[in-house]
Amino acid sequence: MAESQAILQASDVVETNERSLFKKLIRNRFAAFGLFIMLLLILTAIFAPILATHSPDKMNVTKTLLGIGAEGHLLGTDNYGRDIFSRLVYGARISILVGLGAVLFGAVIGSLLGVIAGYFGGKFDSIIMRIMDGLSAFPFILLAITLMSVLGQGLLNVIIAIGIGNIPGFARVVRGQVLSVKQSEYIEVTRSLGAKHGRIIFHHVLPNSIAPLIVYATMSIAGAIISEASLSFLGLGVQPPTASWGSMLQDGKNFLVLNPHMATIPGLAILITVVGINLFGDGLRDALDPKMKV
Amino acid sequence: MGKYILGRILNMIPTLLIVAVIIFLITRMLPGNPAAVMLGPQASAEEIEVLTEKLGLNEPLYIQFFDYIGNLLQGNLGNSLTYNMPIIDLIMERFPNTVILAVSALLIAILVGVPAGIIAARKQNSIFDYAFTTFSLMGVSMPIFWLGIMLVLFFSVNLGWFPATGMGSMDEGIGDFISHLILPSIALATIPTAQFARITRSSMLEVISQDYVKTARSKGLHEFFVICKHAFKNALTPLLTVLGLQISSMLGGAVLTETIFSWPGIGLLIIDAIGKRDFVVVQNMVIFIALIYVVVNLLVDISYKLVNPRIKYSSGKGGTK
Repeated sequence: MAESQAILQASDVVETNERSLFKKLIRNRFAAFGLFIMLLLILTAIFAPILATHSPDKMNVTKTLLGIGAEGHLLGTDNYGRDIFSRLVYGARISILVGLGAVLFGAVIGSLLGVIAGYFGGKFDSIIMRIMDGLSAFPFILLAITLMSVLGQGLLNVIIAIGIGNIPGFARVVRGQVLSVKQSEYIEVTRSLGAKHGRIIFHHVLPNSIAPLIVYATMSIAGAIISEASLSFLGLGVQPPTASWGSMLQDGKNFLVLNPHMATIPGLAILITVVGINLFGDGLRDALDPKMKV
Repeated sequence: MGKYILGRILNMIPTLLIVAVIIFLITRMLPGNPAAVMLGPQASAEEIEVLTEKLGLNEPLYIQFFDYIGNLLQGNLGNSLTYNMPIIDLIMERFPNTVILAVSALLIAILVGVPAGIIAARKQNSIFDYAFTTFSLMGVSMPIFWLGIMLVLFFSVNLGWFPATGMGSMDEGIGDFISHLILPSIALATIPTAQFARITRSSMLEVISQDYVKTARSKGLHEFFVICKHAFKNALTPLLTVLGLQISSMLGGAVLTETIFSWPGIGLLIIDAIGKRDFVVVQNMVIFIALIYVVVNLLVDISYKLVNPRIKYSSGKGGTK
């Protein structure tokens, strides 16, 4: 009874906090701008079939390397005569899918490992964190490149490869939070009331570790989008002819003299998206924990 | 201090062992025969069988693993089938080129990022500070492979100032070598410059409001000495953290930068080896990079203690502290 009352009170606090968090975010102009860019990207990805003026993969050898606005092609065409604008719009889908998918993959597995390491401690902690040290002992992109070279091209493989690279970061963030939350009095009370480990972890420890997890996840989406573009740029990402901003850049690299916008436009799309996510992430971090402000 | 360094070196061993296990598992446990993948779809069954035997892939997994670890411990990285030379020679040939690129990028990042961060902190909320914030945000968000392409487009294709690719040769003179080095160094330096600038600004802002800095000013000390001698020295610890992280991530960035500028370092070698399906080279190069990564982090940890002797370390039990 006492436990359920405490949880009800806690949920009221969470609701109030959510409202004030949203207010803080909207008042921060940079974070609001970041949120606007993120929403724009999500809407573009959802409504890609409506926004695209042509089929993104349809080649036309009679209309290759057209300039901006030529013959009904808003941003021109690439070396295969494919409409750049339509490929850009569909490319947003890949960025969103990989950004969210890889971070979700890393967050679920990483959080679980972080909780086990932090909550149970001892040997669990040693073994899990040593494996995490091993996974972090090489640059993120190199791990993804190595995995992709073995897994082969494909959207799901990209999500898995980048997701695995995200696991250690989430494990560390959650472990740190769990270590501090598990010392709290209310966890002691819950434990003394006979609650099982699973209940304590999923109903009390994890929900109270969520704030830094959200901030970290937001920042990680930007990293995942850049990683996907990097892999596709290196020819190790999504399967051609699927439109991806990274593969568009790779195609454009070979036509810098004839059609420089082929490489310029997808790169700008990546930059604006990542700036937007980072602005939103910075705002979220400041709103959740002003002490962390950089 | 000596005991701490020894402890940290001993701690590196399990981490590197785990790296070796991870790389072994990635290349062996995933579906398909690595020999078949290396030879490509056109290979005959006989060819696959011969290579399978040559690489020891027909042995039970645990024997493969112990052979692999045994060879690693002896420094025997094996031979590359596609480059037709020992892998250690490949590393010795390419690694210095990556070091040249990384060191010049690091120099740019420190020489530009740190002073920019100090000035932004000194002129907080000025136009310079706002411009700085915008540029540093764009810097940390920059896809460096795109920046590399844009640098080639602008400085090589349009202005013709610098060569677009290659490393140049010292035989052609130092000018030729440096002109090849400038664009890839700038591309690789962008993210670290922005990171150094951001962290310098925030730690300087924290330090310059402290009492001892105010005291130094009130004693009539010149502002240059207040900033350099008192404030910056104490703002150095967070900068060292970022320095370690950035050196490590530069090894990843080098893969992309070297690919764009055809810079013959280990990054380009890895991508080339992947294209040739030479997984023995890929596997060993990744382990080599992990070793560099772990050593760099160790050196950064030691430098913390030198910069700030008050920092105390735990024994290292129970994973990351």
